[in-house]
Amino acid sequence: MTLRDYAIRYGFIVLLFGLVAYFAIAADGFVSPQSAVFIFQSVAITGVLALGVTATLVVGGFDLSIGSVATSAMMAAAYVMVVLEQNAVVAVIVCLLIGAIVGLINGWLIVYMRVPDLLATLGMMFLLVGLQRIPTEGRSIATGMTMPDGSVANGKFGDAFLALGRHRFDFFIPNLIPVSVVVLIVLAVLIWFFLEYTRFGRMMYAVGSNERAAELAGAPVKAYKIWAYVISGIFASIGGILLAARLGRGDIASGNNLLLDAVAAALIGYAVLGAAKPNAFGTAVGALFVGILLQGLTMMNAPYYTQDFVKGVVLVVALVFTFALSGRGRG
Amino acid sequence: MVGNAVFRVEGLRKSFGRNEVLGGISLELHSGEVTVLMGANGAGKSTLVKIVSGVYERGGGTMTLAEQNFAPSTPAEAIRAGVVTVHQNINDGVVADLDVATNLTLDRLSGKGVPTLFNPARVRREAKAVADRMGLAIDLKARVNDLSLADRQMVAIARALAHQPKVLILDEPTSSLSSAEADRLFALVDRLREQGVAILYISHRMSDIRRLADRIVSMRDGIISGAFDTKPLDYEGAVNAMLGRKIHLDQIVVRSSAKPVLTVEGLRIAQGAKPISLTLGDGEVVAVTGLVGVGKTALAETLFGVRKPLAGTMTMNGIPYAPRSAGDAIAAGVFLVAKDRASSGIVGGFNIERNVSLPFLKRMSNLGVLKRRLERATARRQIEELGIVCRSEKDEMSALSGGNQQKVMVARWMAQDATLFILDEPFQGVDISARRDIAAKLRASAHGRATLLFVTELDEALETADRILVMSEHTIVGEHRNADVDLDRLLAEVAGGPLHSAA
Repeated sequence: MTLRDYAIRYGFIVLLFGLVAYFAIAADGFVSPQSAVFIFQSVAITGVLALGVTATLVVGGFDLSIGSVATSAMMAAAYVMVVLEQNAVVAVIVCLLIGAIVGLINGWLIVYMRVPDLLATLGMMFLLVGLQRIPTEGRSIATGMTMPDGSVANGKFGDAFLALGRHRFDFFIPNLIPVSVVVLIVLAVLIWFFLEYTRFGRMMYAVGSNERAAELAGAPVKAYKIWAYVISGIFASIGGILLAARLGRGDIASGNNLLLDAVAAALIGYAVLGAAKPNAFGTAVGALFVGILLQGLTMMNAPYYTQDFVKGVVLVVALVFTFALSGRGRG
Repeated sequence: MVGNAVFRVEGLRKSFGRNEVLGGISLELHSGEVTVLMGANGAGKSTLVKIVSGVYERGGGTMTLAEQNFAPSTPAEAIRAGVVTVHQNINDGVVADLDVATNLTLDRLSGKGVPTLFNPARVRREAKAVADRMGLAIDLKARVNDLSLADRQMVAIARALAHQPKVLILDEPTSSLSSAEADRLFALVDRLREQGVAILYISHRMSDIRRLADRIVSMRDGIISGAFDTKPLDYEGAVNAMLGRKIHLDQIVVRSSAKPVLTVEGLRIAQGAKPISLTLGDGEVVAVTGLVGVGKTALAETLFGVRKPLAGTMTMNGIPYAPRSAGDAIAAGVFLVAKDRASSGIVGGFNIERNVSLPFLKRMSNLGVLKRRLERATARRQIEELGIVCRSEKDEMSALSGGNQQKVMVARWMAQDATLFILDEPFQGVDISARRDIAAKLRASAHGRATLLFVTELDEALETADRILVMSEHTIVGEHRNADVDLDRLLAEVAGGPLHSAA
């Protein structure tokens, strides 16, 4: 292997360790279990979304609706519990159903209506941003809120639901690992195993690389594509559940950064280990990378707007790694 | 023949790397004449066209246009000098979202001395002049997107003719037209011929060629293999020069089969085509040959379930066979090595191992989880079997030569036992030694299945098959046992002439 090959393969990992080393020296208290957990927690929701969008990237598509699916799920969970006064299980089921249905519609639009993936999911994004505000006429949802008809909503977030966002498991140190981090790790392992070790994952890569070849090898290409969007939708709705549980209310102003952060994580993942293709491990590393960067900058008291800038720089550099240096495209 | 040639090519050469594509082409085009250029895929036709139209630089030789040296370095230069090419892909020649008038005058919208402001009235006036000269009856305000393919083709040609060329090159202009639409094109070509334009017409369609040709030039392997200009034109001779038999050493022992595997009855694969009936036997290698565009790929895809027949039935080993997808066909043991491996075979993101296992992942997994050890062992065995030259089964496909890539495609489908093994143009872009390897492997392993090859080159059929079927106009028009083949009759069938004319 030449130096260039090494740079492509290990460049991003080296950069990640360099970043950790830098913050360890420059920012007090960066190296501690609490700090590590905080990083994980901050990336958990975007990480889950990023894993979903990875599935659509694998089949050569893209899903811009994930951010709004997540916020829609959050609003739906709040509505179901606060206004309809249902329990946590019902709320979770409703959220997952929303994710699956949106994914099916996205897939149908793209596969059968032949709408280009970016446009179909962009349209779906706008649709959901509006739809999620219709039931409450644009209000955020919290216990005791006044409904549009003047009545007061009496339901509340169930304790079991809030635990999804607030409970912490003991891990050597008491109350260390939040539920959201466990969910992220479980989903990451699941999607990684699915993509790398099952025939369905393999076929999805084939569909993304050469659709016609996959079809002539007997794969139901349309079904694979639709499933990719369903996976993406469900993962996004899981992200929304975690968000609702963390906030304890349905906040119409939250979740603005979810889409961009998740897409950045998935695209940074292309550059990890020179994969030059969407992959679950890379996506997880990408999410971690973004999380470490933001946590480190926060601890060094960098203002919030520089964080967006730095995120953008990292994404652009990662894309250069993937597309220019390795000389390979998405195919 | 009319006096001197207006356009002359002498000793034209072109190589890509070590690969010589044109080995000294000499060609003359005369005013008011249609010269048809015939040649199989890879003969070098498109390279020739691209050099003449200024896309490629030539490797050697001279070109003269009206006694002047002609050496265009860009397509625009060639057009200005008076050599205009209408490329095969119609949509390259028109801008779909603009109206007809703008398309016809598009080339006047840029360059020196053009007014900055766009004047619709002037554009329409100029366009009308162009359209009238051509006898083009199309609404100039219509958007090109809304036109039929034939009308778009007319617009593309009219646009080319707005330059008043001395030489017009038409590259397979009828390949996507119906026969009625083609008639309009022929009328236009006749008109241009009368106006004294020298036309180089590239086509595979014998009906076009019979209708238009004043002269025929055949190309093969980068050289002119035959030129025919005495009337009546020797169409069969031209086909023979294009596809005909090179001296080859491989003699095959022809087998015949007693046990039918696939029986096809009354299969119609195109509107207006005669039905196809055929039987393929166990252990037999059958080659279907015919010119490009006669329905070989359509037949292959119909047998493989990715194209629906208009009528007819198929029976496999006594059981009705009506696949509705590639998946159905594969499950029934029908495998297809598709034409054009780059677009329909190779998965670029996968290495050799994963390309080989692609269609059989279900059989190589347990509850959906892949058996990676089995996958690797299969790839290694197949690499060994077909003699694929590579470092390991982990090599990327892009690292392999064309011949080895094709071997991987064949290896993919030979990894499991087929009932019917179909290969569509398996020797395209494959060097001679890889071609021999693949052919030998096909024959050696033929027992226990029926093997069906679709090839344009006659040599390939003669080298590999026990039986040769000839296709023309979406049906089968002839059958030959590959021992003492009556080559004259075979060529007559390929050329679509009356049967037994040469016998």
